[in-house]
Amino acid sequence: MHLRFVLPLVAFVLLAGALGVGLTLDPRIIPSAMKGKSVPDFALPPVAGRTLGLASTDLRDGEATVVNVFASWCVPCRVEHPLLVQLARQGIAVHGLNYKDAPERASNWLDTLGDPFRRTGADLDGRVSIDWGVYGVPETFVVSGEGTIVEKHVGPLSPEDIAGKIVPALERARR
Amino acid sequence: MIAEVGHYALLLALALALVQATLPQIGAWRGVASWVALAPPAALAQLLFVAVAFAALMAGYVTSDFSISNVAANSHTAKPLLYKVAGVWGNHEGSLILWVLILALFGAAVSVFGANLPPSFRARVLSIQGAIAVGFLLFTVASSNPFERLDPAPFEGNGLNPLLQDPGLAFHPPFLYLGYVGFSMAFAFAIAALLEGRVEPTWGRWVRPWTLAAWCALTLGIALGSWWAYYELGWGGFWFWDPVENASFMPWLAGTALLHSAIVVEKRDTLKSWTILLAIITFSLSLLGTFLVRSGVLTSVHAFATDPARGVFILGFLLFVIGGSLALYAVRAPALKGGGLFAPISREGSLVLNNLLLATACATVFLGTLYPLFLDAVSGGETKVSVGPPYFNGTFLPIMAPVAAAMAVGPFLPWKRGDLAGALGRLKAAFAIAIGIGLLTWAWQSDGPVWAILASALAAWLFVGALTELAERIKLGRAPLAETLRRARHLPRAAYGMTIAHAGVAVVIVGLTGATSWQSEKLQIMRAGETVALAGYELRFEGVRPVPGPNYDAMRGRFTVSRGGRPVTPLEPETRVYTDPPMDTTEAAIRPTVTGDLYAVVGDGDGAGGFATRLYYKPFVHWIWLGAGIMMVGGLISLTDRRHRVGAPARPPAPARLEPAAAE
Repeated sequence: MHLRFVLPLVAFVLLAGALGVGLTLDPRIIPSAMKGKSVPDFALPPVAGRTLGLASTDLRDGEATVVNVFASWCVPCRVEHPLLVQLARQGIAVHGLNYKDAPERASNWLDTLGDPFRRTGADLDGRVSIDWGVYGVPETFVVSGEGTIVEKHVGPLSPEDIAGKIVPALERARR
Repeated sequence: MIAEVGHYALLLALALALVQATLPQIGAWRGVASWVALAPPAALAQLLFVAVAFAALMAGYVTSDFSISNVAANSHTAKPLLYKVAGVWGNHEGSLILWVLILALFGAAVSVFGANLPPSFRARVLSIQGAIAVGFLLFTVASSNPFERLDPAPFEGNGLNPLLQDPGLAFHPPFLYLGYVGFSMAFAFAIAALLEGRVEPTWGRWVRPWTLAAWCALTLGIALGSWWAYYELGWGGFWFWDPVENASFMPWLAGTALLHSAIVVEKRDTLKSWTILLAIITFSLSLLGTFLVRSGVLTSVHAFATDPARGVFILGFLLFVIGGSLALYAVRAPALKGGGLFAPISREGSLVLNNLLLATACATVFLGTLYPLFLDAVSGGETKVSVGPPYFNGTFLPIMAPVAAAMAVGPFLPWKRGDLAGALGRLKAAFAIAIGIGLLTWAWQSDGPVWAILASALAAWLFVGALTELAERIKLGRAPLAETLRRARHLPRAAYGMTIAHAGVAVVIVGLTGATSWQSEKLQIMRAGETVALAGYELRFEGVRPVPGPNYDAMRGRFTVSRGGRPVTPLEPETRVYTDPPMDTTEAAIRPTVTGDLYAVVGDGDGAGGFATRLYYKPFVHWIWLGAGIMMVGGLISLTDRRHRVGAPARPPAPARLEPAAAE
């Protein structure tokens, strides 16, 4: 048997192997390069009409926190908003990162829908969000008391996500 | 009831396919004439039952029988009839039935028109077709039954994705499948030849018409898809290097190479094992295309059946078909002895160059399409990358440019040994015209990219070169007119086909160049009464008004276009809101002309009387599809050549071959 006639078969077997592994992967999972890393250094002013802005030092004060990236123009953010309000009522520290938003619209949004955030950073040009590795809004991060990103959720949160992903991550972060 | 008949027909077709796949093959092996003779009627019956199943599903769609879950999931009573019919293949299950139907059509065609094939060879070909049908029918019956009932039946269906409710896309899948499945013919012929252990020049002659027919259909299918993307998706792009587009483009590239190398097998009795391998690869890529779309391995807008369980089945099927055929190739191909020797500079040499470049181009597309998948698999899902147009434009186009440049020269080279200087000498006129066109382009578009000037010159070189070759053959201007006319009449149609198809490539190059490098665009918010100037036109925005459609509500914008004060045309782009399923689409308004398209899109209002509008001028863009159409027509004309004519009775020396002028 000549080697060059077997090569196509070998190449195909390799391809089939990769396809087989590919089938076991969920194409919807977007990996987070930031997971396990420390939050980037930043300091953002508050959203118009609020007093507390958000900075990296606020995420390193010993308390595990949830950071939610939102925008008033984002419809899924509106969907998940009541869940964040609920989370805040349970006493969990939730901070908001307002992504590329008009200041008055953002404050109007928080006024009408309820403001679950202890601190809110207005990321007008989206630069800080890029440092966080944000693909789009909404995204939600769980950050440990030392400022390490423990978990990241892409897309709107559902009650199942809160119970199965965010709360366990918070428990891990507190350990 | 009708659905049950359809389902039953599908099961019978599966049973028949099993018979067709096994008995004739064994018969050919053992020399049992009656088993060999079983193949043609089995293939015809196969067509009958698959056609019954297809008709049953179509009846379900046309009568909106929502007790069939497939119909309920994909159709709607308010949908126009054309899209009810097209809805049959606008979904995963139905498209599989279409796939099998086309496969059965080809099988039946071999039965009816294949009388010139040796019976045992025909039996082997049909048995391989039967085996492919078994795989697809089993897949359909086991995991994608289109006739599944719903109880209770809903009153209304979910509707078809509105983006797919479009005439261009209604016919895009059938032609694509005609191409994909058509390549199964070349594959079946290749496997049959490997099983028999010999490839003769007649093999090339048998394979070429089927490959050509599949190639024509695939060319049209890809062009329709690209045209649809151009006018439906609303930003005027025509090719996105999307994985699923690539999945249809790779078989096209490999099939084009196969088309050319099969000529060498037929005329010169060489390049055999390579041609066999190409036939296997071309069909494997077609199968892979199906796999990529259906399994969710690569996700994209096209993947309407993302379901890993189906993926596992298809992967197993691929392993069996492709792995099995490549293993057979590894065992049998070394024994295939090439006949004619040839010098590097010769017709054969130029066709080898064609194959080398097309195969490399195909490999770069393959790599770009599957690399993200490989990386994902190797890293266990941790690394995701996407490969985009910059990669493909950077790798694919530089490989295709020499293809186009050599395409003008190749036909001038004689078989066995050629004279490159002589061939180039006969292309002096083409060269001069190419330089002239290049300079003209430079003067006209001096701020455009340099490559666009080179591409224009290349297109001119190829176009004039192709016509020069034809002119030389009929001695245009070098012999008396009567002699030229006589030669023109006697020239084989395949020669005309080649000239036309090559000229079509030149036309495509012009379209690609114009649309990608000289486009002008204006994006803005416009209020009624405002005017925007674009590429010498003035577009006055008249406003937007609501217009009801059959199953959607539209906001229709209106522009009046004028040029130098003279009115040209109104343009009325729409945004449509479909209700079932709820979805927005944009309908661009296009004014196509030979030298360029005006392309207008109206978007959302800003709530204060202004509307987002996008206006483009795309020079020569229609030449892309015009050129693809010309290529297809060239293929069809070549297909009518008497030597290719499917079903032409076997005659020992074909008369056309005696005439020296007829030699390709």
